[in-house]
This record gives sequence, structure tokens and C-alpha cells, in this order.
Amino acid sequence: MQLLQNAGQKQTQTKEQVRRIINEYMGRKLLLDKAHIEGIRYYDTYRKNGGYEAAGKVFKTMSPDLVVEEVKKSGLRGRGGAGFPTGMKWSFLAKPEGVPRYLVCNADESEPGTFKDRYLMEFLPHLLIEGLLIASYALGSHSTYIYIRGEYAWIPDILEEAIAEAKQNGWLGKNIQGTGFDLEIYVQRGAGAYICGEETALIESLEGKRGNPRIKPPFPAVKGLWQCPTVVNNVETLAAVVPIINIGGEEYAKIGIGKSTGTKLISACGNIKKPGVYEIDMTISVEEFIYSDEYCGGIPKGKRLKACIPGGSSVPILPANLLLKTAKGETRMMTYESLNDGGFATGSMMGSGGFVVLDEDQCVVRNTYTLARFYHHESCGQCSPCREGTGWMKRVLHNIEYGKGKMSDIDLLWDIQRKIEGNTICPLGDAAAWPVAAAIRHFRDEFEWHVKNPNAAQQRNFGIAHYADPLPVAAAAV
Amino acid sequence: MFSEEKLNKVKEIIARYPEGKQKSALIPLLHLAQEEFGGWLSPETMDYVGSLLQITPIEVYEVATFYSMFNLKPVGKYLFEVCQTGPCMLNGSDQIIDYIKQKLKIGVGETTPDGLFTLKTVECLGACGYAPMMQLGKHFREHLTPEKVDAIIAECRSKANAN
Ligand SMILES: Cc1cc2nc3c(=O)[nH]c(=O)nc-3n(C[C@H](O)[C@H](O)[C@H](O)COP(=O)(O)O)c2cc1C
Ligand code: SF4
Ligand code: FES
Repeated sequence: MQLLQNAGQKQTQTKEQVRRIINEYMGRKLLLDKAHIEGIRYYDTYRKNGGYEAAGKVFKTMSPDLVVEEVKKSGLRGRGGAGFPTGMKWSFLAKPEGVPRYLVCNADESEPGTFKDRYLMEFLPHLLIEGLLIASYALGSHSTYIYIRGEYAWIPDILEEAIAEAKQNGWLGKNIQGTGFDLEIYVQRGAGAYICGEETALIESLEGKRGNPRIKPPFPAVKGLWQCPTVVNNVETLAAVVPIINIGGEEYAKIGIGKSTGTKLISACGNIKKPGVYEIDMTISVEEFIYSDEYCGGIPKGKRLKACIPGGSSVPILPANLLLKTAKGETRMMTYESLNDGGFATGSMMGSGGFVVLDEDQCVVRNTYTLARFYHHESCGQCSPCREGTGWMKRVLHNIEYGKGKMSDIDLLWDIQRKIEGNTICPLGDAAAWPVAAAIRHFRDEFEWHVKNPNAAQQRNFGIAHYADPLPVAAAAV
Repeated sequence: MFSEEKLNKVKEIIARYPEGKQKSALIPLLHLAQEEFGGWLSPETMDYVGSLLQITPIEVYEVATFYSMFNLKPVGKYLFEVCQTGPCMLNGSDQIIDYIKQKLKIGVGETTPDGLFTLKTVECLGACGYAPMMQLGKHFREHLTPEKVDAIIAECRSKANAN
């Protein structure tokens, strides 16, 4: 009931319409629907199961501009973290005469908690290749690059095999399907740098340089790879283009609530019974996602839910009560809008879909410390607030975690994060600041406990379980 | 020096980019060189890669030092790269790291005296749902337990003995 009310408010639809949408599309899968089919990794099986039909339809019946229109209609938003409307991004691409344009697929996937793109590439490589083919046609890219994080060292082989198969079958190379359209897809490995997921750092890296983000403008849509107009899209975004063409943009836009259209991959991890990659249509509640057997299956060992980072390490952590219900008391849904309800004061973000659950035994200070260490390690070092601030936060958090902190350190941390946010070239600075801010905002007493009980904090190496006064956490509703 | 076969691979990689943009091949070539020349990049190796791409040595060094996968010092034959970031920590990566240290009698960043094993801690490798985990060569080893760590060490030892 709550669900329907929420949905109704957001979209000004009648309850009947919402009910219809929910009934019709509940549990609908568009990306992973064929993931279970044996051999789907290979061309023949993929083709037999409806693969390359979207590409065929595009080549037979659609102009590049029509494809862009269809993606606009779908309401698809970038799945890499920022949630920018994909169709709009495509329409911004500059098209100067005689200058090549490029599509780059962002497969750098390094945000802690996120492992969904890996799943798509490992199990459904042809879905990505087909998406790249359609997107390259729409944008006029004849050389498209997949930039994949270096640590996924076995995946380029899978992708290259799929590329070779697609080529043998006339879907890549010269004069594809007799249309006169040429396309080559290349796989480029990174070498261990989270910052190369940021689109301009990725472009620098692809040019054979250090992954230092560029100052924008100019935006990649005008001056990107080798100073040519470039679109950078996430793996999942590009894969989603295939079902959009298959079912039509309007149909796709009917799934979900409000501006959260279609389905989204969520990689769930931390303290849950069934970690893994799930495709959700954006109509379910956070509570259902955590406790339903169809998804995470609840918290192991009968523990209670303490907190959750719902969209990858960069987004604010929420305590259980604010996670399951918004500050207004509405059910929190797995949608861009609902996860963000309340702004950063009482909400969080969909981000990259890396869903990290903490049970009652976990130490928020330690978790925040590992994230601060991560951001310090990954800062490219160009801007002083980020380079110095991330290291400083790491050291202060280390002191608090290991029983050497002072009360004033908590305010100091707050002060440092505030000075980083908004003062850097790229959003990594913000991404480093937000988790620290949210941890202090919602779990200040836990930081204070560490300061007040240095011996206990020092003795326990692996987080503070059941410390003196357990925090009030919302009881797990089953 | 790369073999004939590898040099062909180098040509193929350079051909992926437009004319004059061969510098884009730098990271792929450094990967290739690291694999070929003992798991790390010596200054000589880096200079060699630079010469293949007709770029200055400093352009190679500044890239090689930026990316954490490039080893600028020799490492053991088997490099254990254990993830220690939040989601892995929640699932016991600290205990796994301690177990490996105790088992191999080395600290993080050290190599066993026989040159077989190096232990390194790394940040999130994209296997958070299958934690704790480590990278060993090309592949991930996931859902680690002390027993699995024992088995992996034994597997490496027997492979090394076979060679
Ligand atoms: C520090 C940082 C890391 C990022 N990492 C990734 C990443 O690993 N994968 C990704 O798709 N986008 C990542 N992004 C977002 C990209 O900059 C870019 O917005 C995205 O690739 C656009 O694709 P989309 O519109 O399809 O989401 C990152 C951004 C920042 C600031
Ligand atoms: S914010 Fe950090 S990562 Fe981004 S450009 Fe500045 S120093 Fe580099
Ligand atoms: S946190 Fe260890 S793999 Fe992501």
C-alpha cells in the first residue's frame, strides 16, 4: 500500500495505472533475462535467443538520429554513477565536418561495492557488443574502445573472442550488414587506478598518459579522445540500449517509477545471505531488496541491520531507520529519487548500484577508515584539497580507530571534508568527503565511543562488536 | 627484447589507434613487458618500451609510476594481492591478511626468502560480493578461508617444484 502511495505521488498517475505497471512489470528482467542459458557467452547461442535482432532492426529501419530519439524516449539514465540522461548526452555530441567521433565504453568499474559490469562482460559479452554496435551507429563512431580495469585481466579474452565472433558473422568490420557502416571495437586494459573511471581521466589514460582528470569545459562531447568529440558511457548503460530498441523506448519508460525508468543492476555485498548481482525494475522497496529471498535474502546469523551504503562507497551511509524509511516516514524505494529523498541530510544516492550492507557487529569507524584509505590511495594528486585532505582524513580516522583520537578530531574531520567538497577538479574529492561526512552525521556517538574508550578500541583489531551502549537500530522487519 | 611473436602483437596493438597516436599503446605494452620480463618493470625495460613507441623515457616513467599494477621492484614468483577495502573488510579480509602473514612469515610488501611469494594489500578489485578475495596472476581467488589459503600456497609450491 505504502508502495502504491509513494509511486502515485511521484508520478501523478492514478493508483490503477501504478498498480498495472507494478503487476505487469514486477520482477521484469531485460538485461539478465538470458544469463542462465548455457553457452549464452557464445555467438550462436546468443543469436538463437534473439541476439543481434535489435541491431538488425536498427540497420533495417532506423536512422542514427532515430536511435538517439528512441533512447531519449526511454528515459535511460547513465548507470555509471551520475545518472545523467543518456539520450540527452548523445544529442550533445558535436559533429564538426571531417573530424572523427568516438564512443568509449567505461568498464573501469572500481567503486568499492560495485561489480555489476564485470558480471555483464563475463556472462553476456555479446549483449555489450550489440549495445556498442547500436550506440556507435547512432553516434557515428567507427573506432570504439572498451576501457576495462586492468585487474579484470581475464575478461579482455572473453570480449575479444566475442568481438571476433561478431566480426565473422558480419556484425563488425567493414560495410556491416550491407549498410556501408564500418566499425571496429578494441579492448584497452587499464592498470590499476580508480580515477581512470572518471571520464576525462579515462580519456587521458587511453591516450597513454597518467590518469589526471581534465578541467571541464571543454567537455568530452566537444573535445575528448585525441581532442575529438567523444561520448563515454558505462557498460550497463550501453547494454541497456539493446532491450530499449527491442521493446521500444516508450515501453521501456513504463517500467519503474517517475524518472527512474527501466531496470537497474545492483551488486549487493557486505553482510547479507546472498551477495551477488541482481536486476531490479525500479519499483521495489529497499526493505524488500534486503529481506526478500529473491534478492539479498536478509542478514546472516539472525543479526540485525545496522547501516547500508546503497550506491557504492562514494554515497552517504545511512543508518537502518533512515534506510528503510525516509525522514518523512515514507517507504524508501530502490529508485534514483527515493534513495536521494532528504538530500544528504537524511538520504543517499543510487550511485553505481553498489549496495553494501553492515550488520550490527560492524564498526562504522573502521569501515569509514578503509574508505578514506581507499580515496587517499586513489587520489591522482593534482588538487591540493584532495591530495592533502584525503591523506589527512585517513590519518585522523586511523588514530580514532586505533584508540589514539581526541574529541576535537571529530570536528577536525568534519572541517577537512567540508573544505574538500566542491573545491577540486573532479568529483573524486567530493566522493572522498561524502562518506566521512555521512558517517559523522549519523554515527557521531560511535566516533565518540572510540575516543572515550581508547583501550577497548585499541584491543580490538577487527571492529567494535557490541560495544558498551548498542546504537538504536531499527528492528529488522521481515 | 620482445620475441618476433610479441613484436607482431606490438604492431597489432599500435594499429588500433589513428596515425601518430601510438602513445596510446603505452599501457598495453607495459603490461606485455611486465609479463614477458619477470613480473616487473626495470628501467631498461621501460626504456625499451619507450623506444618501441618513439617516446621519451620520462613519458614512460611517469605512466609506470602512476598505475598500481606496474611493479617497479622485483616481486616473488607468486604475488598475493589481497583486497582490504570496506566490503572485503566486512567479510573478514583483515583476518585473511593476518593468516597469510603468519603462514608465509612475511609482512605486507615483503617477499619470502625463497623468492616464491610476495604479499601485497590492494584496494577494491570488483569482487566485493565474493569476499574475502585476492588476485593471483590473471585470476581472482574468491571466498577465501584459511583452508583455501593453505590450498593456494600448496598449489603454488607444487607448481614451482614442477618447473
Ligand atoms: C572518481 C570517479 C570514478 C568513476 N568511476 C566510474 C567507473 O568505474 N565506471 C563508470 O561507468 N563510471 C565511472 N565514473 C563516472 C564517469 O565519469 C562517467 O560519468 C560515466 O562513465 C558516464 O557514463 P554513463 O552516463 O553511462 O553513466 C566515475 C566518476 C568519478 C568522478
Ligand atoms: S579531485 Fe583528486 S582525483 Fe580529482 S583531479 Fe583533483 S586530485 Fe585528482
Ligand atoms: S572491497 Fe574487496 S573486492 Fe571490492
